[in-house]
Amino acid sequence: MNPLKWSLVEPFYKLMIGEDRKSQLNNIIKMIGLPIAGLVVFLFIWQGAASHIHTSLGQFPGPIQTYEQFISLQEEAEASAIKEEKFYERQAERNAQRVEKDPSYEPTIRDYTGPPTFFEQIGRSLVTVMSGFILASIIAIPIGIIIGLSANAYAAVNPLIQIFKPVSPLAWLPLVTMVVSAVYVTDDPAFDKAFLNSMFTVLLCCLWPTIINTAAGVATVTQDLKNVSQVLRLNWWTHVRKIVLPCSIPMMFTGLRISLGIAWMVLIAAEMLAQNPGLGKFVWDEFQNGSSNSLGRIMVAVIMIGIVGFILDRGMLVLQKAVSWDKSVTLR
Amino acid sequence: MTNQQTGRRSFIKKTTLAIASAMVFSSGSAYALGYPEKEDLKFGFIKLTDMAPLAIAYEKRFFEDEGLYVQLEAQANWKVLLDRVIDGQLDGAHMLAGQPIAATIGYGTKANVITPISMDLNGNAITVSNKTWAAMKPNVEMENGKPKHPISASILKPVVESYKNAGKAFKMGMVFPVSTHNYELRYWLAAGGLKPGYYAPHKGDTAGTLNADVLLSVTPPPQMPSTMEAGTIEGYCVGEPWNQQAVFKGIGVPVISDNSIQTNNPEKVFGLREDFYEQYPNTTIRIVKAMIRAAKWLDEKNNKNRPEAVKILSKSSYVGADYKVIANSMTGTFEYEKGDKRSEPDFNVFFRYNATYPYYSDAIWYMTQMRRWGQISEYKPDTWYQDMAKKVYRPDIYKKAVAALIEDGVMKKSDFDTAVFTTDGYRGVQNDFMDGIPYDGSKPNAYIDSLKIGLKGKEKL
Repeated sequence: MNPLKWSLVEPFYKLMIGEDRKSQLNNIIKMIGLPIAGLVVFLFIWQGAASHIHTSLGQFPGPIQTYEQFISLQEEAEASAIKEEKFYERQAERNAQRVEKDPSYEPTIRDYTGPPTFFEQIGRSLVTVMSGFILASIIAIPIGIIIGLSANAYAAVNPLIQIFKPVSPLAWLPLVTMVVSAVYVTDDPAFDKAFLNSMFTVLLCCLWPTIINTAAGVATVTQDLKNVSQVLRLNWWTHVRKIVLPCSIPMMFTGLRISLGIAWMVLIAAEMLAQNPGLGKFVWDEFQNGSSNSLGRIMVAVIMIGIVGFILDRGMLVLQKAVSWDKSVTLR
Repeated sequence: MTNQQTGRRSFIKKTTLAIASAMVFSSGSAYALGYPEKEDLKFGFIKLTDMAPLAIAYEKRFFEDEGLYVQLEAQANWKVLLDRVIDGQLDGAHMLAGQPIAATIGYGTKANVITPISMDLNGNAITVSNKTWAAMKPNVEMENGKPKHPISASILKPVVESYKNAGKAFKMGMVFPVSTHNYELRYWLAAGGLKPGYYAPHKGDTAGTLNADVLLSVTPPPQMPSTMEAGTIEGYCVGEPWNQQAVFKGIGVPVISDNSIQTNNPEKVFGLREDFYEQYPNTTIRIVKAMIRAAKWLDEKNNKNRPEAVKILSKSSYVGADYKVIANSMTGTFEYEKGDKRSEPDFNVFFRYNATYPYYSDAIWYMTQMRRWGQISEYKPDTWYQDMAKKVYRPDIYKKAVAALIEDGVMKKSDFDTAVFTTDGYRGVQNDFMDGIPYDGSKPNAYIDSLKIGLKGKEKL
């Protein structure tokens, strides 16, 4: 770990020690200047366009109003934290009083009942999307490997994949809702039904790219390697582990990245309709509020959704780089 | 030991117990009502000002005083809300009066939903688009330079006819097929000589547009202004703040408030599943207690607390609209045309006039309207209406909550209308409709027959 080798630090360091100043400056401009310039131009266009759009709720929010709403959401979260603390204090007091009167009572601490803050909603969305995505991957990768290895299995499954792949989350959701309500019957539910509804909808929509790409990756295993496997008389499981998986990892990850992107997009729609707390419900509630702050707040959510989606994708990329054998391929 | 002896012994035992417990209660040292069986609760609501009793019971900690930890969650629309109560995702909800009734009689969904408390009176209005208002205005009677209210639907009639002549349909919105708003809008239209269309569920026709002059369709309340702005509908009937929102947005003009269609008409109720009550009776009674306190808080001292209530409602987790939009109707005024602000002290009533009592006759009125427009497709005898009302409306639970509040010393007997303690559940003959037709809840069929437009007697579509 040498920080001086990091691409972000390197040109500054070289500039400082006076090594090839011109090309270092060029590098810095490319690395930092251009993205900033892009952002600034975008902000100007946004501000300019916003000031020309008049909705019945007032002017379309520009960057400044959006930032203000972000601050106000932060303030609300702080206020809510204080309320939460007081809630637990009152609860402890109430429990103590009751135990005094009724010694057989075993107090349990109830969770805070206030509405989730914006930042908690982001957290809940992430939990939902990751649960759906991980579950989908656990299902999709084995299917992908199996149909990749066997042309017959592929021929059998392919029509189903092609038919279900383009189905919109909005079409899945009513079915998922009905099935979850019918099947998930328990007195002490570990999960919210709304959570399950949106998670399964996400799952159904993000299965397909992983299956397809895994299968394609598995199919790219060269005949040479297959021959090696045969000569060594590897059993099926070892063949999959030592030959097929390493070869198909890059494609598999391409699929996983597409899946995660889809999962994140689908989630917002699913949350809106399933009434599952999260960013989707936040957007829907704000749209319903119709207050003069609503559009600004929705804009904050839009940007946040974008940033989180970006971070998720980068996370997958890091993972992909870490597990891929061939480090020479540039991934982006 | 003979049977008689056992009987006597147990009688003595019971009497001693009764006397002992009576002594305990009168000393005030113990609660008559047991602890709640279920403490974590989740209630749904729709973004409307009449969800206020729930928000207030939460914010003023009346729920916590009852040992209840309640989470309030806004729902996307009335259908989602009802389904989630029925399948147990919600323990209870702010509901349209017609929802528990329709669910119980099996119109739309079949489930035993009950209501132990009415949440408010009034609170709705009918709004028309600017274009429609411009066409109506020349025929509106003026008084001191301002339109004379209430405005009858007969003034809308020529506009609807001009649409008909041009081969176009005149469309209006309401929030749910069994909503108060649907029946109010229909009542207003029919009183003005316009036919709002019939339902024929036995033929699978649940659109409610058979033989209609005005086509009514469903739109969730918060989407109402934007739907009208988009030109999909020419007007709508909805609760607040979505009429004032149209005025503030400059896209429409409210023409009549529901208080002018029927004085102090019953509006939302609190609905929950019957088996929830059977399983958790103490919890249910405690919920009702907290909501009665909230209703009283909302109305007490001449609406003194209303500005604070508006501030709470304008939080984005509740109604979320701007303070000034919600304040208009909640603090006793209502703005018709922009600038035409009028005093309407009873636009929202939460406690006055015995607003929280679940009257059987209110339930029966809703059923008469369901029959009138064909949602109840066949003739039913008067006793059927009464039995159904008793199944859904549960003043027995309400009365237990009132008794417990008085027992606790939180409220006094004098805080309540004397009717709470004396009524048989029927309001008597009500003569408070805009068309002057009297309503007697004990004779639903006679009332149905007395209405000019609508199904009568044994008629079936």
